Amino acid sequence: MAEMDTSSGGGHKKGPGVKKPKKLSTRVDLTPMVDLGFLLITFFVFTTTMSKPTAMNMNEPKDDPDNQLKVKNSGAMTILLGKNDQVYYYMGELSPENASQQFKSTNFKDIRQVILDKKKATPIGDLMYIIKSDKEATFKNAIDILDEMSINAVPPGHYAEVEMSDTEAELIRLTEQANGIK
Amino acid sequence: MTAMCDVAFLLLSFFILATKQKPPEAVTVVAPTSVSSKAAPEKSFLITLTKEGKCFLIIGDETKKKEILSDLNTTKSLGLSDGELSKLNKQAFIGMPLGQLKGFLAVEGGIPPDKMPGIPIVDSTNNELVDWLRSISNVYAKAGTTQRDLEDKVVIKGDNLAKYPAFKNIKYALKQNAIFKFKIATNSETIPKDSELYMENQKAK
Repeated sequence: MAEMDTSSGGGHKKGPGVKKPKKLSTRVDLTPMVDLGFLLITFFVFTTTMSKPTAMNMNEPKDDPDNQLKVKNSGAMTILLGKNDQVYYYMGELSPENASQQFKSTNFKDIRQVILDKKKATPIGDLMYIIKSDKEATFKNAIDILDEMSINAVPPGHYAEVEMSDTEAELIRLTEQANGIK
Repeated sequence: MTAMCDVAFLLLSFFILATKQKPPEAVTVVAPTSVSSKAAPEKSFLITLTKEGKCFLIIGDETKKKEILSDLNTTKSLGLSDGELSKLNKQAFIGMPLGQLKGFLAVEGGIPPDKMPGIPIVDSTNNELVDWLRSISNVYAKAGTTQRDLEDKVVIKGDNLAKYPAFKNIKYALKQNAIFKFKIATNSETIPKDSELYMENQKAK
């Protein structure tokens, strides 16, 4: 006859043949997850660049023809930026007779010392650097020379950017020809 | 193992949240280096100058961008419709002559920034950056912002190889709008040892 076995009485007592249900572990193997985590961390660490973009301040003077700044001849140094990262400079005013002797050519590496020497040799009140860029000069040159001013701790107001005159452009051409700079 | 997993994911989430996305770049520009250590301002008006001499403008201040565009539309009588204006508003990079704006906006899917001709900055007579900056300063003046605040936000980012006259023309456009102070985006560079600035910094310490 079909009869249900109710002898175990609510399942409290188990007979010798009945096995206890095996307790499954709730612990999951985390190794792959940790691997993945660290892989992502290394990925992010390597791909991100820590460099924060910096900015340089630049002040332009107001164009005021009535209020031209007078510069002392002894304290002035004119820096001219040419093509191929060439730098030219002269002290004081360019005189037509011995322009070729006054006009010196150098590069960005050596200009720092020249700027520094001028700064040390001149009383601070007279000091003035006049920066002129040729049309062949690059943006990098224009920024680099301003950076040289901050590297040499030239106080603001003691350097200025000015338009280049035709005589100076012509002198640059001649020097470039003589030095074989194309 | 659990602890290790926790640490790994904590670090991961920290890095993800702490890093800021680089703003999109119109075109690849290699900025010059400088010893300046001041951080570049956010929400800036970024004027990009590529090595070919093309000029792009990115209006970083999203809240005012729409106003600036509609101001330009009226002052230069471009005749752009509302739909075209909102389309322009969605564009991150502005790099076309004013006369061609309508044509550019009509192109389905937009034109990639490297195909754009750039804002004309040829010389003082044909310098449309002047108009863009005028609209920007108009809107800022209306909002009661001082010129000083505006000056803090103007950033020029130029390529190393860009020619100087192009930079001069940008400066001209800024000067025309009475913006005499601005910033130049640079990559930082270490101060050379034994230079005057280095010694001053040492003394300050």
